[in-house]
Amino acid sequence: MAVQTAPIPVSLPEEQARPNVLQRVFRSYVFRRLVKALATIFAVVTATFFLIRLMPSNPVEIFIQEQIAMYGMSYQEARDQASALFAIDLDAPLSQQYLEYLGNLLRGDLGQSYRSKGTYVADIIRQFLPWTLFSVGTSLLISFVLGVVLGMLMAYRRETPIDYALSTFASLVSSVPNYLIAIILLVVLGPQLRIINIASMRGSISPGVQPGFTLHFFLDVLYHAALPIFVYVLTTIGGWMLAMKSSTIATLEEDYVTVARARGLKDGRIMTSYVGRNASLPLFTQLAISIGFVFGGSVLIEAIFVYQGIGQQLIKAINQRDYPVMQGIFLIITISVIMANLIADLLYSRLDPRIRLGQGETK
Amino acid sequence: MTFLKGIAHWVNQTLRLIARNKAGFLGFIGLLFFIFLAFVMPLFVPLDKTSRVDKIYNPPSAEHILGTDFQGRDIFSLVVHGGRDVIVIAFLTGAISTLIAVVLGSTSALLGGAVDSAIMTATDFWLAIPTFPLLAVLATQIKLNDVWLLSLILALLSWATLTRAIRSQVLSLRQRDYVEAARSLGMSNRHIIFKEILPNMMSYIAISLVFAMTAAVYAQGGLVFLGLLSFSDNNSWAVTIQLAWTRGAIFFKDSFLNIMAPVIAIALFQLSLVLFTRSLEEIFNPRLRVGV
Repeated sequence: MAVQTAPIPVSLPEEQARPNVLQRVFRSYVFRRLVKALATIFAVVTATFFLIRLMPSNPVEIFIQEQIAMYGMSYQEARDQASALFAIDLDAPLSQQYLEYLGNLLRGDLGQSYRSKGTYVADIIRQFLPWTLFSVGTSLLISFVLGVVLGMLMAYRRETPIDYALSTFASLVSSVPNYLIAIILLVVLGPQLRIINIASMRGSISPGVQPGFTLHFFLDVLYHAALPIFVYVLTTIGGWMLAMKSSTIATLEEDYVTVARARGLKDGRIMTSYVGRNASLPLFTQLAISIGFVFGGSVLIEAIFVYQGIGQQLIKAINQRDYPVMQGIFLIITISVIMANLIADLLYSRLDPRIRLGQGETK
Repeated sequence: MTFLKGIAHWVNQTLRLIARNKAGFLGFIGLLFFIFLAFVMPLFVPLDKTSRVDKIYNPPSAEHILGTDFQGRDIFSLVVHGGRDVIVIAFLTGAISTLIAVVLGSTSALLGGAVDSAIMTATDFWLAIPTFPLLAVLATQIKLNDVWLLSLILALLSWATLTRAIRSQVLSLRQRDYVEAARSLGMSNRHIIFKEILPNMMSYIAISLVFAMTAAVYAQGGLVFLGLLSFSDNNSWAVTIQLAWTRGAIFFKDSFLNIMAPVIAIALFQLSLVLFTRSLEEIFNPRLRVGV
């Protein structure tokens, strides 16, 4: 895979500007980061395998006992069925089971649900994951952009009524748990004020609407995702605003900003390319953590709004003790978060040349 | 007597420092209020366990100042008794995870080398795993109905962010001149850690503790809400919310207080914690005080 080097926006010291050296270092950062992400995924997959196979109360054993108790199956019959559902050959030696499990995962075979027979876990994920990716992704984008803009506004208008109002708002929304904000919205806007019809907003799409590139479909998707997205934005924006405010204040005191002013550059240009760009850089490290949090929190938000995403399916599987589905979804949520972190970090490295040169890392 | 005077002086000084920041002071008052509500008020307000079919979803009255719930119980008594476990679990979790983070973070920073990379690899691994889904899955395997066990599990899942932060704090502190000075004077490592580095991190540690507490309240409430965590003889705010939710309290106009009273209690408790960190900064960070 050839990695394209980005044009370097700042002038670099002579010896580092030689393209092949730079390319090599840049490549190595991307490479190192990629290896780290894959190693983490590998570790999670391995931990999952040993949890379902070797723990004293492992799901496979629970399943086998349940089948024997409920349907009077023989141990071997129940075991064969468990083998099929978990996509593991239980008769093979452990090392081979593990390799087969890895192989199955790579082929996208995560086993079958045992509450609804014949349903493949991979199909459930394929059906419900896009809705969560869509709602969480959109909201992170909106809250990050809005938060950066509002945070800069707060820093430029420091100690004015706007700053106080926005600071209070930010502290308020970032300290209240997202699921409580969701409940408050539902209760107040729904039955109390009757502004929204909560029953019709449930699900991720209205019955009868055909997926496709039509305006009708698009609007319907937005209608159903509106409340979850609104809550994700509301509960994450405060963090961005406060972080951007303090980062901007720190940046405004930097020498290069003073120099830019002295050179008589236009305020707008200083604000965007000098202050905004540099002040928002530290926020990208938080983006990675925030993705994990929002994705994890989607479990609760989807339950409250009855939004048909992957989080809702996870809860359903947990309540039914549908172990293969539970494990598959947990694995996929974790992998999605790891991949999203990877993207956030790579984005960061493109924006901050110091990282690309390997200097931004602490030891 | 001088000892008592010393305490009085210290309390006086601390209160003054807390009062310096208006938002922080508000948070402090809020926390005092919730501690009073959860630990003192239950002595005067008995937990209402009787269901009264004729009094379902009554509006606030002199007898029931917050009205009654879906089975005619006094909502105010539920709110009064619902805080204790929330606060205890939050504090225990915060304390345990902060302890883990301080130990791991400073070990990592001070020893460096292989220990550092081992701890940081583990930290990165933990950071990458979405905590809440993991908790939900764990709840099917472990009975999380004991206050201590729950706190321990919550703490084991939340040390990673703090560890990273504390490591970088120690890394920057040990570069400071006074630590260099102490080292060149031949002070022991123990002296340097406990007398030079830790005191300067107190503000940071205290604030981390408070944020770990808010995370614990979040996770605990979320688990209860999804029905994955149940206490047999317990009535925490989240339990009241969950019961109101499953009884369809969001659909009726009259059930507003049943679901909103505990929601607002948790929300205000979290807000108080977050606001209080502003005062903590002032108490522990003398540099912020200069010129105020």
